[in-house]
Formats: sequence, C-alpha cells, structure tokens
Amino acid sequence: MAHAESHTGLIWKVFGFLSLVTVVEVILGINKPESLHLTNFLGTSLLNWIFLILTLVKAYGIAWYFMHLKQEKASFRRAIVWTAVFLICYLATLILIEGNYMGDVLRSYTKWNY
Amino acid sequence: MEATIAAEKSNTGPWTGGGKEPLGSSYGKMMMWFFIISDALTFSGFLAAYGLMRYKFLDSWPIADEVFTHVPFIHGHYPMYYVAFMTFVLIFSSVTMVLAVDAGHQMKKGKVTLYMLFTIIGGLIFLGSQAWEWKNFIGGTYGALELQDGKIVQFVDATGHQIALEEFVIRSNEERVPHTKSNGLWFVNDAAALPPYTVNEVIESFNANPEINLRSEKVDLNVKHKIILSREEATRYLANATSVVKGANLKVNEYGKTLFADFFFFITGFHGFHVFSGIVINIIIFFNVIIGTYERRGHYEMVEKVGLYWHFVDLVWVFVFTFFYLV
Repeated sequence: MAHAESHTGLIWKVFGFLSLVTVVEVILGINKPESLHLTNFLGTSLLNWIFLILTLVKAYGIAWYFMHLKQEKASFRRAIVWTAVFLICYLATLILIEGNYMGDVLRSYTKWNY
Repeated sequence: MEATIAAEKSNTGPWTGGGKEPLGSSYGKMMMWFFIISDALTFSGFLAAYGLMRYKFLDSWPIADEVFTHVPFIHGHYPMYYVAFMTFVLIFSSVTMVLAVDAGHQMKKGKVTLYMLFTIIGGLIFLGSQAWEWKNFIGGTYGALELQDGKIVQFVDATGHQIALEEFVIRSNEERVPHTKSNGLWFVNDAAALPPYTVNEVIESFNANPEINLRSEKVDLNVKHKIILSREEATRYLANATSVVKGANLKVNEYGKTLFADFFFFITGFHGFHVFSGIVINIIIFFNVIIGTYERRGHYEMVEKVGLYWHFVDLVWVFVFTFFYLV
C-alpha cells in the first residue's frame, strides 16, 4: 500500500494561522474600535465586514487544508465550492435585503414612548 | 503527492464496487461531500433566518457582548473569552483529526488511534463548554422586567453598567401564593418556578434608589448602545411592567428579544447535535481502528470520511461564532 508523505508541518502551520485569525477576531470583538464599529458600509459596519472576511479566510483554511479540497481534482472542488458559494450568497443577499425592508416598515409602528 | 488513496476494489458480483471514480473521488467520499453541501445549506438557511430577524429588529437586538460574559471560576464581566476558548478547542480537535488522517495515509495504526482519541476528547470538552454556556444563558445574570407588549427593561447603575435585581430589590412581606391546579389553574404546571421578586417589589425598590436608572431595549444606532431612560420616562415604562424575568428560555429572555434566545438555542443546539453525532461516529471509527479493521482493509479511508464530517462541524462553528458573538 502506498506510503503517502506526511503533511504534519503544513497542518501545524495552518493551525497557527487559524488560531492567529481567531485571536485577531477576539481582540477586535472585545475592543470594538469606534472608528470601525460606528461606520456603515453596504448595510453594516466596517468591523462586521472585517469579521466576515476573516471568517471566510478561516473557512478557506479549513476546507482547503483540513478537508483536503486542495488535493481534490479541480472539477470536483469547483462542483462543491461554487455550488455552495453561489446558493449561500443568493440566499443571504435576498433574505437580508428583505429583513432590512421589514425593519424599515415596522420601525414606525413600534412604540417606544410610554 | 496525492493525499487521497484509492479504496481497494472487489470485482466480484454484479456491483463492481464503483471501480470507476468520477472526478477522482471514491463513492463514499463524494457522497460525504454531497451530504456536507446539503447540510451547509441547511445551516445557511438557519443563519440567514437569524440575519433576517436581526435586520428586522436592528434597533432593538440584544448586544452579544452583554449576554455571554461568563468565565468559569471568575466573577465579573468577560465577554468573548470563553467562546474564544471553545473555538480554539474545536479548531484544535480538527487539527488532531487531520493528523489522524495523515497518519492513516502512512498506515500508522498507533498514531491514528492516539489522534482519534484526542479528537474525541476535544469534542467532549466543546460539548461540555456548550452545555455550560447554555446553563448560564438559561439561568441569567441580572434579571429584568417584561412590559405588557413583551419589551424588556433592565436596570443600570450611575455608571451605566447593568446591575442585578438582588443588588437593590428589597423583599416586602407581601405573601406570595403559588398557582395551584386545585384553584382551577390546570394549565399552569410550573408552580415551583416562582420568579425571585414580585413586580411591585422591584418597582418600589427602584423608586427608593434615585441613582439607579432604567435601560430600554432600544439601541441608539449612532453609538450602538442601548438607550438609558430618564427617571420620568422610567416611571411611565414601569407602569406597564407585567412580570419579573430571570434568565432566558423560549418564551422570555432577560437580555432582550425572545427571538434571540430562540435562535441561539436552535442554531447552537443544532450545531451541538452535530458535534454529538460526530463524537459518536468518531468513537465507532476509533474502535474500528483499534481492532484493526482498516489495517486489514489496507487503507484508512473511513477515517478520512469521518474526518470530513468533523471538519465540517468545525467549519459551521466558525460561522456560528461570527454571527452570534462577533457581528
């Protein structure tokens, strides 16, 4: 049976990277710097965009190196990644736009002065 | 170097064991991937629904930093630290899982066993942490009042920090009679769960403490803080108070919107169930490794397949962590 070469070094490197990203997220999440937190860009704050991008970076690390997508045939990888990315973006975009609209409509009917 | 090792094929009988491998992936692995995609879409649906409600109630959604503030053995306000630890545990168990897969490629049974064991332990620590997080959320921290229309009001001190009901509420001597079935309240079966104080006790104690303020659920979107009411406004709010709330469940939530609690229980519960089933499958594979099933089979592809599932659980957590705790 084939004796594949070990990827232990790479695995630990990816682990270090994922941990680092998590630490950065946690530091930003605790401090919430106002220059990022109190901004608005495409429907949410810049801080939230940073969180989202860092999350996608982590997801990439896990899928590519831990789940070995990198070593799969490109056609198989695309069948998985493109399908999921397309459907999830589509779903999230429509639903969040709708939520925003519902909020706008509802806001004037919500009582805050008693 | 090709990391995926082809499964040994038996060519007896009508089914050839899937000797042809479309897209260079064995049948089992491909089906695991397709399952993962469908599961990923399920989780996306849940998280998107959470996002819908969050945008709908953008100006009154609970602030996660004020909800999840507990760290074991330490009192005080420590947002994020514990959940960061949980994330770290899950990522680490992913690492040991991928190390097990790696050792499997080299047919090192001992190493696979050891790394599988670490993975299972990591999963158990995560589940335990999740249970502890739930316990704190259900038990509550400060306590609050619920108004007639379901809104929550909380109490803050002069510095704007939340204070617990027991720090300022004085119990009066009024007698409290639990609901009983014999009084015709046949639909009430939680007579034992009497809230710690009555609404009147809370309001009287609030009136007696001028340095305490009332905080509404409404978030000032310019500064992203909940609005603290003036004493006059507070009196008008309190006139509408109907019940004392401590902790969170599917019906009330002392931290704000009940929907937040509903989604939290549902999504982290669904994820926790995935972790649980992942641990069970890991244990089965672990014993198969020990008794040498895969050694005889000549390859450790089963470890790889369960590994895919385990990494997926980690992947989902990365998103749950972002959407419940960070964003």
